[in-house]
Amino acid sequence: MKRVVVTSVAAVSPLGNDVETSWQNLLAGKSGVGLITKFDTAEYDTKIAGEVKDFDPTIYINKKEARRMETFTQFAVCACKMLFRDAGWSIPESEKDRAGTIIGVGLGGLHSIEEMHSKLLEKGPSRISPFFIPILIANMAAGQVSIEAGAMGPNICTTTACASGTHAIGAAYTDIAIGRADVMICGGAESTISELGVAGFNAMKALSVRNDEPEKASRPFDADRTGFIMGEGAGLLLLESLEHAQARGATILAEVVGFGASGDAYHMTAPPEDGSGMALAMAAAIREAKVDPSAIDHINAHGTSTKLNDLCETRAIKKVFGDHAYNIAICANKSQMGHLLGAAGGVEAVFAVKTLAEGIIPGTINRDTPDPECDLDVCADGPRQKQAEYALSNSFGFGGTNACVLFKRFTG
Amino acid sequence: MSDVAAKVKEIIVEQLGVSADEVVDGAAFVEDLGADSLDLTELIMAMEEEFDLEIDDEQAQKIIKVQDAIAHIEKAVG
Repeated sequence: MKRVVVTSVAAVSPLGNDVETSWQNLLAGKSGVGLITKFDTAEYDTKIAGEVKDFDPTIYINKKEARRMETFTQFAVCACKMLFRDAGWSIPESEKDRAGTIIGVGLGGLHSIEEMHSKLLEKGPSRISPFFIPILIANMAAGQVSIEAGAMGPNICTTTACASGTHAIGAAYTDIAIGRADVMICGGAESTISELGVAGFNAMKALSVRNDEPEKASRPFDADRTGFIMGEGAGLLLLESLEHAQARGATILAEVVGFGASGDAYHMTAPPEDGSGMALAMAAAIREAKVDPSAIDHINAHGTSTKLNDLCETRAIKKVFGDHAYNIAICANKSQMGHLLGAAGGVEAVFAVKTLAEGIIPGTINRDTPDPECDLDVCADGPRQKQAEYALSNSFGFGGTNACVLFKRFTG
Repeated sequence: MSDVAAKVKEIIVEQLGVSADEVVDGAAFVEDLGADSLDLTELIMAMEEEFDLEIDDEQAQKIIKVQDAIAHIEKAVG
């Protein structure tokens, strides 16, 4: 098995339209949640979300290309531009077939579906755009990114709800580890803050309706949490085999040392209350890294701010780590940007890598009233100046799908 | 330039993301303006919508250059 390292990261998020702005706003304890501006929310229970703000794709791609992309694809392609810009590298012609793309998307082009279905009802089938299908399909983020980057290796989209981004990173890491590719662009992208998206999650009673206090609405592990907040964006990582990265003199930000996946085999949307499926995925990632659980000092939690997730995730962490669970510095980025669904695992992995590379652990905001059952250290006091050695990034999705990727500080 | 010609050219600029000075009468959609088959289909649909008319597939296939589109629509709208 080859060693796999991260050599660049990029993000478009509710906290900023590039990785540095997002990261600085994360460390500053800011919230990217506000009133929804994309549509009139008068009839909707939830009127707040973590929208990406003032995003102009034409900074990176021309107007015609941008028009032929759904927002989630625009986020991914713009992130890809920044990924290679910051890497100071592009895929050489001779290596194209050894470079691939795996980008997770949970839902795909909801905006297009809404627009085209309205058109179908109003004007009939002959008015449906020939770009409708290619624009809406979830794997078009990976498709367009591969065109942008010239990556002719494996080209895949993982669609596992809120675990999509983390499954993508796990699959990309595996492709390099077993020698299928030398370079992989991976992560997640999503943009579903739309009428159907909000109405659908509202129908499930999954979203917070704390509309009068948008910045306080997402409160993972807090006793008064009432549901998650939708977010959007994209987070990408550039993975390379260690030899490939060293041969080109790349700056190495972190190493990927393990991936774990599991299924709850329990219920469509609810995790089992003992968190057993989540625990299996975390344990598998740690086992693959051949490291003792007591060495894990940081977890970038799934931490959605729903009653059930945060409770079950806490129980799962205790199941895996025993008493050591209380020593682990945990953060829930969703407290500040909402839940980016298919992009969550991508952006949170970007932050996990930054955590290791910069020697500072982000905090969790809005944990004002501790929930006695969620009693782990979630860095509620804010970011912590501490060099973590490991960062375990958790993502769990509807369908009972669980994925965890383990990063390690790169020490040579 | 007629109103129809001006509007057609405006649609082409918007749909194909090209600059207005490239959209000359003799410019071919595929060779000169970089359109692919999906672009062409969408372009025809945009013109049908703007001028409230139907352009069937057989007619659409004869629209190769900017001047073909203008001529067809000028004739259709009388």
